[in-house]
Amino acid sequence: MRTILYLIRKEFLQIFRDKFIGKAIFIVPIVQMLLLVPAVTFEIKNVDLCLIDRDMTAESRKLVNQLAGSSFFKVRATTFSEEEANSLLHRGKCNLVLQIPSGFGKETGKGNPGRIFVSVNAINAVNAQLSWAYLNGVIRDYNMNIIAENVGSGNPGFVPQIQVTNRYWYNELLNYKYYMLPGVLGILVLAIGFILAGLNLVKEKETGTIEQINVTPVKKYHFIIAKMVPFLVIGLIDLAIGLIIGKLTFNIPFEGSIAILFLSSTIFLIAVLGLALFLSTFSNTQQQFMFTAFFFIIIFILMSGVFTPLESMPVWAQKFDLINPAAYVMRINRMVMLKGSTFQDISKDIYSLIVISIAFTALAVNRYRKTA
Amino acid sequence: MKRFLGFVRKEFLHIFRDIRTMIILFGIPVIQILLFGFVVSTDLKNAPIAFLDLSKDEITQKLSDKICSSGFFRKGETLLNYNDIDKVLRKNKIKAVIIFEKDFGRKLISEGKAALSIITDGSEPNMATLITNYITAIVSDFNREMVATQAAGTLLVQPEVRMFYNPSLKGHFMFVPGVITLIMTLICALMTSITITREKEFGTMEVLLVSPLKPVQILLGKVAPYFLLSFIDIILILLLSWLVFGLPVKGSLLLMLAECMLYILMSLSLGILISTVAKTMQQAIFMSLVGMMLPTILLSGFIFPLENMAKIYGWVAAIFPPKYLIVVIKNIMIKGTGFPYVWKETLIVIAFTLVFLGLSIKNFKIRLG
Repeated sequence: MRTILYLIRKEFLQIFRDKFIGKAIFIVPIVQMLLLVPAVTFEIKNVDLCLIDRDMTAESRKLVNQLAGSSFFKVRATTFSEEEANSLLHRGKCNLVLQIPSGFGKETGKGNPGRIFVSVNAINAVNAQLSWAYLNGVIRDYNMNIIAENVGSGNPGFVPQIQVTNRYWYNELLNYKYYMLPGVLGILVLAIGFILAGLNLVKEKETGTIEQINVTPVKKYHFIIAKMVPFLVIGLIDLAIGLIIGKLTFNIPFEGSIAILFLSSTIFLIAVLGLALFLSTFSNTQQQFMFTAFFFIIIFILMSGVFTPLESMPVWAQKFDLINPAAYVMRINRMVMLKGSTFQDISKDIYSLIVISIAFTALAVNRYRKTA
Repeated sequence: MKRFLGFVRKEFLHIFRDIRTMIILFGIPVIQILLFGFVVSTDLKNAPIAFLDLSKDEITQKLSDKICSSGFFRKGETLLNYNDIDKVLRKNKIKAVIIFEKDFGRKLISEGKAALSIITDGSEPNMATLITNYITAIVSDFNREMVATQAAGTLLVQPEVRMFYNPSLKGHFMFVPGVITLIMTLICALMTSITITREKEFGTMEVLLVSPLKPVQILLGKVAPYFLLSFIDIILILLLSWLVFGLPVKGSLLLMLAECMLYILMSLSLGILISTVAKTMQQAIFMSLVGMMLPTILLSGFIFPLENMAKIYGWVAAIFPPKYLIVVIKNIMIKGTGFPYVWKETLIVIAFTLVFLGLSIKNFKIRLG
């Protein structure tokens, strides 16, 4: 035990002796959280619309007014030339072109379908889908009005109408900051822990100082544990700082128990550090390790479901996520912070994380050779 | 010149000798492109939803079947009461719950009105919006079918939509430019900053500095191999996106490659700048990887569109170079537009390069200590 404590003390001294790193491990996450969390959003505030109204009847104007009245659509340009509209789309001046052909007003509601043509800039599929959905919503309302009028005039009965109401739970106003903060925090903790721990071990190899440890009676697991603890502590401090920033600056709700969050993050960090140390035994130079780290971190992050839904991934990818520690922690962070999930709700994830962390650490201890 | 060539040759040997790094260097773009192409997507597919059917009649049954057979949703648990909602949502087993009020079918037929509520898990706002929109659309479709039989002859506005540039709404159009940018930014900046700080850390920089090579030649020799490697990476990505996803360069290939080369130069000068500031490799890695990875992913318009960003953050994003390359690639590769559409971005990247190089020259120390 005393050996481990001495070794841990040595590691701390070594990390904080580098003044830049000592500060950067705390400042970089703070700056990134303050900068990135409020910046990023999928929410579309307004869609720039270009209008070609060849009909110019009361009906077409009604539709246009309904569109302009919704907060999403801003009519940026009105034109009669399709070419001009396309060029606006090309130059990115508008993202949606709505064309109402002549005859629209005459036909609508009179037995023929009133056609309109919509062109959406779909380079960004998500944006395109959302603006299309909003437009459809407006048209739906417009249609319902026509039905009500028609049926109302022709037949004194009623139109059966399903009234849809919806609510968003846990994040009523769909505040993106609530969504981003747990995710960004998870990524930062992952990246800092993974990169620093791995580099630390490889650096000892590269500069040859590892020999000095190897010739001592320090046990393999002593060495690995001593390499892990400082980064575990740093990661948890970063997590705490991130949560405080979230609370103070963005007023992120914290529904669940802080203890559970820290417990799961601790297990997560052990898994990450174990893996980093295991992989670092394959690298001889810091450069090599850095590429390995870059490779794994990107895969872990992209497949963790932090920015994209897990359900949309193919089944094999979802299976892979069983050994992706990031997938667990992103889920747990959001569940605990926003939904107030209890230990029972996430127990399966926690147990899986424990298994992963033990496995990775065991691999690291096993791979580490004291002989050159 | 001969000396310089010899030095460049040494640098090449230095890098190509390390097979493992080479594999990773070429493996990263391949894996990322494939991941984005086949694995990660922002589409709504098979989202698990639950029903709380307080009515259990023919109409609710039909409507639930219609929702579940759309391909967007899959039926999860069936709930029995309101308390279950929180339970399943908290466990993350279900993304949304649809509630049919009591006597839904009877009310709809006799009173003409029936209420359906959708409760969505707002902890993922994007999914929540999509799910709500899709369910609403399906329900109103269902509604219209019902009405159509009753109020025959009423035909409605039918929008016809054309998705420009990306008819099948594939995510490829965003991620191919994104991956190119991510790799160009991180790998170039990382690699250069590391090789130079490595020489510093091991004291071999001194050896180089006392050699007859000029400092500029040393730097040029250091970045030359990475320039070539990044260029190969770009070609690899373009080939993959063409062969695997059928996404060729629509505009001028020459212009595209020239713009990429310019961007590589910018990244390399950023790497040089980092190396003049960092004293150890760890510092250089921390700056270029931990410091730049997230801003590159999040502030470049790679996953999250920049147009939606609040104004101030738009300005912040403007000082990160990646966004400009994404704009350029999107224009040339996907829209097929030419230089007149991207000259502004090109100038900005040139300006970045000059600033980074200027600062590096100011910071570069020929003497140690």
